[in-house]
Amino acid sequence: MTTATATTPALARPRERLLPAYLFGGVLFGIVLTKGELVSWFRIQEALRFKGPYLYAVFASALAVAAPAFAWLKRHRVRSVAGEVIAIQPKALGRGVRYVYGGLLFGLGWALVGACPGPLFALVGAGVGVMAVACLAAVAGTWVYGYLRPRLPH
Amino acid sequence: MIGELLHRPWPWYVTGPLLGLVAVGLLLLGNKPFGISSNLRHLCAACLPGDVAYFKYDWRQSGLWNLVFLAGVVVGGFVGGVLLRSPHPVAITSQAQASLAAIGIHDFSGLVPREIFTWHVLLSVRGVLMVVGGGFLIGFGTAYAGGCTSGHGIFGLADLQLPSVLAVVSFFAAGAAGSFLLLPLLIP
Repeated sequence: MTTATATTPALARPRERLLPAYLFGGVLFGIVLTKGELVSWFRIQEALRFKGPYLYAVFASALAVAAPAFAWLKRHRVRSVAGEVIAIQPKALGRGVRYVYGGLLFGLGWALVGACPGPLFALVGAGVGVMAVACLAAVAGTWVYGYLRPRLPH
Repeated sequence: MIGELLHRPWPWYVTGPLLGLVAVGLLLLGNKPFGISSNLRHLCAACLPGDVAYFKYDWRQSGLWNLVFLAGVVVGGFVGGVLLRSPHPVAITSQAQASLAAIGIHDFSGLVPREIFTWHVLLSVRGVLMVVGGGFLIGFGTAYAGGCTSGHGIFGLADLQLPSVLAVVSFFAAGAAGSFLLLPLLIP
């Protein structure tokens, strides 16, 4: 968007300068999660039991906006406000094992709690205090993954 | 009138596009990948890296923006879930209600069932399995898969990445299986 001021010493400043914007983005995301009922255990169960289209319609319309926008930003090599050319790192496929095993374990947890990471934190803000325990357990789960990582298939 | 409008829940065609715009906005702001679960790693790196290679990186450099974003999510949860709280139960389909009633859920008010997510139930085996066990699996699984519903489900899929397709199919499959097979065992 803006012209690059991209020399190494200058980079630190825009990063700090944009923190309020990221905070605002998070607030917006939290409001979307709550007002869009994506924090609702009932909505998630409705979707995971295939008893209603709401969550799938949300995903489809989110992708209908984001996918063409991503492609456009990349094709036109648009610069971000911070000054870098927008580029998305492709995730390494490898054998793909980590995505399947990790996805399966996450999915089980998702069914048990009825919330994925974003809604988990939004629910704490919405006053469901018990979810703070689930957030801590999630941090612990990530820590144990990091510890076991060298021994896990990826 | 305005008050009623603000407290009303949003339909999918408002919620979905706004979610997409959040991901687009992060790219536009600072070329940042949208993803919540990375914050779990940043929190480990910041608080308790131990002797684990996975947590030895400069989390301020790569993750401070995202932790600030996460703090915003908690604030946004308060704004949307308390200040602008909808007075009505979430309007799930009657088929969904019937399916949940069949496994013992009868109170549909609030954001989560009162039968499960209270401090009192948390002190039981069932509560520990669901809240602590479920939370642990979420943290372990998203770190293993390198993303969650936002990082893979929205950001990765919007960028047409095959790894994200694998992850999304896997977590929806396990989510459905867990909901049908595990939940009935845990709900009284």
